[in-house]
Amino acid sequence: MNKVFSDAGAAIHDIPDNAVLMLGGFGLCGIPENCISALVTKGLKGLTCISNNAGVDDFGIGLMLKTRQVKKMISSYVGENAEFERQLLSGELEVDLIPQGTLAERIRAGGAGIPAFYTPAGYGTEVAQGKEIREFNGKFYLLEHGLTADFALVKAWKGDTDGNLIFKGTARNFNPMMAMAGKITIVEVEELLEPGQLDPNQIHTPGIFVQRIFQGVNYEKRIEQRTVRKRP
Amino acid sequence: MALNKDQIAQRISRELRDGYYVNLGIGIPTLVANYVPQGMSVTFQSENGLLGMGPFPYEEDVDPDLINAGKQTVTTLPGSSIFDSSMSFAMIRGGHVQLTVLGAMEVSDRGDIANWKIPGKMVKGMGGAMDLVASAENIIVAMMHTSREGDSKLLPNCSLPITGVGCVKKVVSDLGVFDVDPARGFILLERAPGVSVEEIKSKTAGRLVVVGEIPEMTF
Repeated sequence: MNKVFSDAGAAIHDIPDNAVLMLGGFGLCGIPENCISALVTKGLKGLTCISNNAGVDDFGIGLMLKTRQVKKMISSYVGENAEFERQLLSGELEVDLIPQGTLAERIRAGGAGIPAFYTPAGYGTEVAQGKEIREFNGKFYLLEHGLTADFALVKAWKGDTDGNLIFKGTARNFNPMMAMAGKITIVEVEELLEPGQLDPNQIHTPGIFVQRIFQGVNYEKRIEQRTVRKRP
Repeated sequence: MALNKDQIAQRISRELRDGYYVNLGIGIPTLVANYVPQGMSVTFQSENGLLGMGPFPYEEDVDPDLINAGKQTVTTLPGSSIFDSSMSFAMIRGGHVQLTVLGAMEVSDRGDIANWKIPGKMVKGMGGAMDLVASAENIIVAMMHTSREGDSKLLPNCSLPITGVGCVKKVVSDLGVFDVDPARGFILLERAPGVSVEEIKSKTAGRLVVVGEIPEMTF
């Protein structure tokens, strides 16, 4: 089975309007830059995007919000994107804000065949509305369900043509779980390798979860807060 | 004089213990990392997948793939580890982090905290805050005692949407240090230098317990 595609445009060719997508990344770190550009170029509409954040106004998912391609966001924090907050407050954009740990675990569970699980996060808050609550050992928990997507768009550091992946630094974040939870997982890598070039002991995401992989290009890797310290 | 942000962080750093794993929220809490006592070993966990968060990098070492929860560039230290978000929240939810320091808009005298939403005005999202407050052994809030308009933020009940119930153990505001006892309210422990008990009473809308002589903080 050949998983290798030539570029983002080819890899996303069959994503339809109104698709449910997962996009990796924390802030702008580890986002699938090439696939996001390709989605903007393709002009898909009505998308539901599951991603921890919404990028900034002019980069990451922010680009798709500018072009009004997103119908609904499922995220834990959207503070860096003023356009997002504006669309949210004005009702133009549907938003589900989910605690970050719950989002991470729902995605993991979705990929791992766990239909639902209990977590204490959000008990006593508006997040708990309408949810089953159960007590375990004197503490209260909410029932949360696994989350999957039609397509998961993942960014990895290196990957081989079998789909085995390794990630770099904090660019890892949601990518490994999203790779599991996408019905079709599309991965862009900085370095595409042959099977055998990655040490099996070092692999973060086994290729079984990956359907499509391509060599990415021109990563901007924008930094939101470039904080430095001075030499003494 | 009321404390400035660095002094609030410095006072909170006195709650650190050797060997602690600590999560620092965005804003004032991040400054706590600058005041770890000499000779004490504390490991900072960043919810986006880094344990053993180091200081900001030198200019030439900036790495866009190494950021903290506030999206600032950071470094690793010898002994650091990197992992995915589900592992990160397993550490947090599984009770492996001894201390969480967070900011707040409001705290109630039963330990409820509101720090993620102002309906109709500010809806940035809760990020990891709800997981942190539902799970940490020890939660300290760093906050301003009153709003810009002078209204108390230490209240009988939170008016803003809640992040967590009955979870705050201690508050360090610009005016003082308070234990939170759900049965009794805010227990005043220390005053900011030059700040009177009367001023603290007048600016605390929730139940306030003042027992005996309240010492001034020293820096």
